[in-house]
Amino acid sequence: MLFIPGANPKQIMFAATMGADSVIFDLEDSVSPLEKDSARILVRNILSTLDFSAIEIIVRVNSLNSPYWQADLDEIVPLKPAIIMTPKSETPDDIKTFAAYIEQVEEKHGIEKGSVKIMPLIETALGIENAFLIGKSSERVVALFLGAEDYSADLQCKRTKEGNEIDYARKRIVNAARACGVEVYDTPFTDAHDDEGIWADAAYAKSLGFTGKSSISPRHVDAINISFSPSQAEIDYAYEVIAAIAEGKAKGQGVVALKGKMIDAPVVLRAERTIAAAEQLGLGRK
Amino acid sequence: MATKVVSNLKEAIELAKVTDGMSISFHHHLRNGDHVLNMVMDELAAMGVKNLTVNASAVFDVHAPLIDHIKNGVVTKLCVNYMSKGIGTHICKGIMDTPVEFRSHGQRPADIENGRTPIDVAFIAAPTSDTMGNCTGKMGKSRFGSIGYAMADAMNAKTVIVITDNLVEYPLTCASITEDYVDYVVAVDEIGDPNGIMSGTTAQTRDPVRLRMAQTAVKCIEASGLLKDGMSFQTGAGGATMAAAMYLKDVMLEKGVVGSYIVGGISTASVDLQKAGCFRALQDVQSFDLGAAADLLENPNHIEVSGRRYSSSIGKSSCMNNLDVAMLGATEIDVDFNVNVHTDSNGIIMGGSGGHTDIAEICNMAVVIAPLFRNRLPIVLDHVTTVSTKGENIDVLITESGIAVNPRRQDLKEKFIAAGLNVKDIHELKAMAEKICGVPQPAPKGDKIVGEVFGHWGEHVDYIYSVPDKE
Repeated sequence: MLFIPGANPKQIMFAATMGADSVIFDLEDSVSPLEKDSARILVRNILSTLDFSAIEIIVRVNSLNSPYWQADLDEIVPLKPAIIMTPKSETPDDIKTFAAYIEQVEEKHGIEKGSVKIMPLIETALGIENAFLIGKSSERVVALFLGAEDYSADLQCKRTKEGNEIDYARKRIVNAARACGVEVYDTPFTDAHDDEGIWADAAYAKSLGFTGKSSISPRHVDAINISFSPSQAEIDYAYEVIAAIAEGKAKGQGVVALKGKMIDAPVVLRAERTIAAAEQLGLGRK
Repeated sequence: MATKVVSNLKEAIELAKVTDGMSISFHHHLRNGDHVLNMVMDELAAMGVKNLTVNASAVFDVHAPLIDHIKNGVVTKLCVNYMSKGIGTHICKGIMDTPVEFRSHGQRPADIENGRTPIDVAFIAAPTSDTMGNCTGKMGKSRFGSIGYAMADAMNAKTVIVITDNLVEYPLTCASITEDYVDYVVAVDEIGDPNGIMSGTTAQTRDPVRLRMAQTAVKCIEASGLLKDGMSFQTGAGGATMAAAMYLKDVMLEKGVVGSYIVGGISTASVDLQKAGCFRALQDVQSFDLGAAADLLENPNHIEVSGRRYSSSIGKSSCMNNLDVAMLGATEIDVDFNVNVHTDSNGIIMGGSGGHTDIAEICNMAVVIAPLFRNRLPIVLDHVTTVSTKGENIDVLITESGIAVNPRRQDLKEKFIAAGLNVKDIHELKAMAEKICGVPQPAPKGDKIVGEVFGHWGEHVDYIYSVPDKE
């Protein structure tokens, strides 16, 4: 997921070519108050002009405590982006307010109700504590997203590259999202000039269970893609698991082992997920 | 002990008997820091010499005084391989009666040697020379590395004058041009401004669009099947092509591939590849930065080559004959893959072939890297403003939005598709750019021919026309 500032024409033009699965066009923090309207128009025009068919479009609108969020939704929802990212999401009511307004715009423009999804951006201490309730607040919610910059400010601590200060939030939000049955995305690695640190940060996020990770730098996209894609060894092992299970069934075995390790239901589930992800990414068995 | 050192430039010019109508030559290794061309031209103008042909491998904005010498009749003809926009803007106003002749880096030495553009007096700026004219660019305060483009001038001019700001005792043991070609040596305070000669460091681009194109370029090399032991490679000085060298290093190290050589303008990025063991040798006709210049002096596998040996059609072979892959730039490219590197979209001269034409003509896979549009101008057009390199010689266009393969290279197209690369028809890329930028109006063309472009074999390729003044 790549953040693209909504008021930056050059970056917007090339957004589709940077290798990200999703692009988040930002109308919020990267856009100054003086440019709110021009960014909104720019993003609207680019969504109606360019072909983003291979990429998931997400638009981060302004927060409920700003005077812009309704105008943002008025302009953007008619273009049917896949997802609206709602910033400063703290309570289920916040999401319900956004969802109700999105529904109004959908109705007005004859768009099928519920087609535009919501990804709450959780970036406060209260939001983290309410993560499960936020995930459950609307049928539109498809994923939770951790925003670590505002969150660490809310904690009154420094945001560090190591990220110990956000460890609780990361684990909590992953658990909440999985409990709700929605996806969960990690905060960007914000040092755009550190091309090495992104690898460790992405690997850690994956190890915690995040579905994916966002970036504010196009140069970090590859590291994230590679870190979150199954490795060739993982894919090969997954196919071996499925083959062993099939063989075991054919032989009528109750318990199946592979290389001396018992294959139980969670192992099979993980193997199936790995194969599904690999197929989606066009990765095959060697 | 004998010496060829004369007291000053004026004396050397008098001894060389420069007279009206002669052809004099310069090299461009001092780039935009060069003092020598202006120094010589001012002296000649003061002596009242007229109607000269200036044959310079390139002219830069620092050579702006040349414009007055043209207007005053001191210079009536120019032969160059490259011309920067500051000079090109004036040429496009039609200030010369004879069109500027644009050659490639390979064709210039050929035409000097075959007598098509003979040189009467060559003025060779040398960062170090001994008293007999053994000289080099590899050391001295104005060092620039390889002096490759001046070698044809030294070997073929009737009279050769070396101008140096670092006169050393005879014999200089690492001479690039040797005394047997040199008539006179002149010592001056400064042959150039180090700030304009070369950059101290060549920073790696961080522009994500360029990096994306560079990555794609390396994927194309992999998919082409050319990435194997013995591969040879050429890259320019542009951000995307330099970044391609960086990604190529990663892939070659990972796969354990050892290439044969990198040729052309050599940068620190090329030196890094060679030092990392990715290539056995560097063939250097022009050193792009101080890192490359320093390495040329110290590294026995980094060799200095003349323009003739680099890419000329007149030799029995050149470095081009074994060249597998080249990364090239483009100001414009058209749907027939013709490339313009001479003029901007308004028709104003702002460049030249350099090695572009030679490389594309001979190498196995010539890859042009360019974004779909720059500053709201589409790069892919129906017709380029000026044909610099003929489309039949360009194999692949890489943009950030897709790869177009010349229909002549169906083999490459099939390999790229099989590798899952984003191959598109060049017309489709043009349509994508026009959807965003609109269709540009062709630039208005004047009536006067102000330049003629010659190809790798010396053949006529295109004319450059004057640009009408805006009302």
